[in-house]
Amino acid sequence: MTKLFSHIKPENRPILIASAFILVILMVGTAFTLSTAGTAPLLSPGYVLQQLQIGSFLGIVAAGMMMVILLGHIDLSVPWTLTAAAMMATAVGGDMAVPTGLAVGLIVGLVNGLGVAYLRIPSMIFTLGVDSVMRGLMVAHTGGFAPQDQATPFMRFLAAEKVLGIPMAIFVWALVSVIITIVLTRTSFGRSIYATGIREGAAYLSGIRTRLVIIGAFMMSGVCAAIAGVLLAGYSAKAYQGMGTPYLLPAIAAVVLGGTRILGGQGRYVGTLVGVILIVLLNSVLSIMQMPEAGRQVIYGSVIIGMLLVYGRGTKVTA
Amino acid sequence: MNMWRQNRAFVGALAMLAVLYITYNFMHPRGFSTAVLVQNANEVVAIAFVAMAQTLPVLLGGLDLSVGAVMTLTACVASVLVNGSPAEILFGMAATLAVGAAFGFMNGVIIVYGRLQPIIATLATGAVALGLALFIRPKPGGDVDGDLNWALTNSLWDLVDTYGLFDPDAAWFQPIAWIPVPLILLFGIAALVWVPFKKSVTGRTVYAIGSAEGAAYMSGLPIDRARIAAFTLGGFLASCGGLYLAIQTSSGNADVMQAGAYTLNSIAAVVLGGTSLLGGAGGAIGSLVGALILRVISFYFRIVSIDPLLQPLIEGLVLLAAVSLGAIRTLRVKNRLELFR
Repeated sequence: MTKLFSHIKPENRPILIASAFILVILMVGTAFTLSTAGTAPLLSPGYVLQQLQIGSFLGIVAAGMMMVILLGHIDLSVPWTLTAAAMMATAVGGDMAVPTGLAVGLIVGLVNGLGVAYLRIPSMIFTLGVDSVMRGLMVAHTGGFAPQDQATPFMRFLAAEKVLGIPMAIFVWALVSVIITIVLTRTSFGRSIYATGIREGAAYLSGIRTRLVIIGAFMMSGVCAAIAGVLLAGYSAKAYQGMGTPYLLPAIAAVVLGGTRILGGQGRYVGTLVGVILIVLLNSVLSIMQMPEAGRQVIYGSVIIGMLLVYGRGTKVTA
Repeated sequence: MNMWRQNRAFVGALAMLAVLYITYNFMHPRGFSTAVLVQNANEVVAIAFVAMAQTLPVLLGGLDLSVGAVMTLTACVASVLVNGSPAEILFGMAATLAVGAAFGFMNGVIIVYGRLQPIIATLATGAVALGLALFIRPKPGGDVDGDLNWALTNSLWDLVDTYGLFDPDAAWFQPIAWIPVPLILLFGIAALVWVPFKKSVTGRTVYAIGSAEGAAYMSGLPIDRARIAAFTLGGFLASCGGLYLAIQTSSGNADVMQAGAYTLNSIAAVVLGGTSLLGGAGGAIGSLVGALILRVISFYFRIVSIDPLLQPLIEGLVLLAAVSLGAIRTLRVKNRLELFR
């Protein structure tokens, strides 16, 4: 068994373990529902699709977050970028709703990228500042209340409708996933992200324009947050204050559980996908078990720690 | 000269705080009075302690995303335990601080022996802390001793008066009777806990790890012990914030949003106070000053007539501008490679 295990590439190991853990959660959840209600909703396609629909918002945020984490940076401006995109999209309305939302994401990403790449301010603190500026802008825009603007029919179609029995949101998530995978594995921009994440100085000396790479990655993160915001507004029919806050930490957790190194330079997109599914499934099993919020938080934290102890350990310092 | 160069960020922060606060008092209709000072002092204690707690992981080159959650957890513990007879109150306070230190110790052990990145490990333990807080206090509430609340949130005069220690109107006492107790607690713990820690071998090792971990290891410094000690002290300082918050509000509240806000503000305060996010330079006193600056800025909104709806925006812009001051460094760099550290 251990011999078999050692044949697997180190970057794939987290993905396999996380996948195995997903199966464990599924089995535990199914055993629970079978013993209490005699049914197995976790295995019914309708339930799974519904969970994936809810998970698609987190999935898209995590996809963008992964770009930035691969660089060894982090994007803490996601919550209010997401909210601002949703609020702007619903406020503008009509055909321009979705483009407006995406433009908000692009602009925030550009500002983040400029601050991190040119001003050389640690991303941790710069994106935090941008987040509070976006929050301020949105409070000024809405007057601190939930905006009354409704999501446009197209936004509702993207988030809540079904095509061929599958929710549209899952198609959007799949499209984002395909684009990110192609960017990371098939383009020079993707290679540059990994190179810059490993050692920026070396990447710079190799002729990579690392500043543009950083700006690009932050813009992708901004756009992904904006897509998630537009979808979430469509799903709940309107935008509301603080709608992005519950997505920041789970997105980081999903990326890291999927085997992406938090210091950058290593990680596969499939892993992020698996990480998102793991978190969504864990949440839904805990809610099926009617676990109170307190127990949920403790289990949630313990699972992340436990899984990281299995495969996320760094190397011992020797020199 | 060397001294000045090393502490430039700290001295800058101190000067900024002095200018901001003195101007504030001049603009305030009742400026330079004990009442205003006491009220302001009460509002800065919790965030100042949390910012000091955040400093230690940052000095190591990491980040602790659980400080706000540990503060919330300990505030909930205090809201249950800090009441009854004087002995029970003292036990409750000690237990609260012990819970915080134990949680920090656990963080340290997981990070050192699990070899995990602090930011991601504390992201998870922060969730655990919030869960425990919710177990203790499913709904906001609590019962903290009323005398204690009054004595610790007012001036020294009220502390002496509440417990009848001696005649609070005694002539020798008047020059210091106006000092707010919260400030004494804050600076007292900073002086009695942080300063000795910084001067100890363990404290110096924390700085060495932040500068160059490999070199610290090769020099035979106790890096594992220093890491664990740093996180334990961080937990202790966060619990000081939690304990004070519980005494001040006479209640505990397992508020997830509040925990997150304290964590994020603590990072901002650490940076404002001149501690480098890369580790190895700065200190908890700087973070204390940084936290004071953050709070004083928000005080201004009470006396300057600004549309309340614009307040969050102005706060955000000030924060962004303050952290952007660090970019001046990049203008002086002659070799572009030095930027890519």
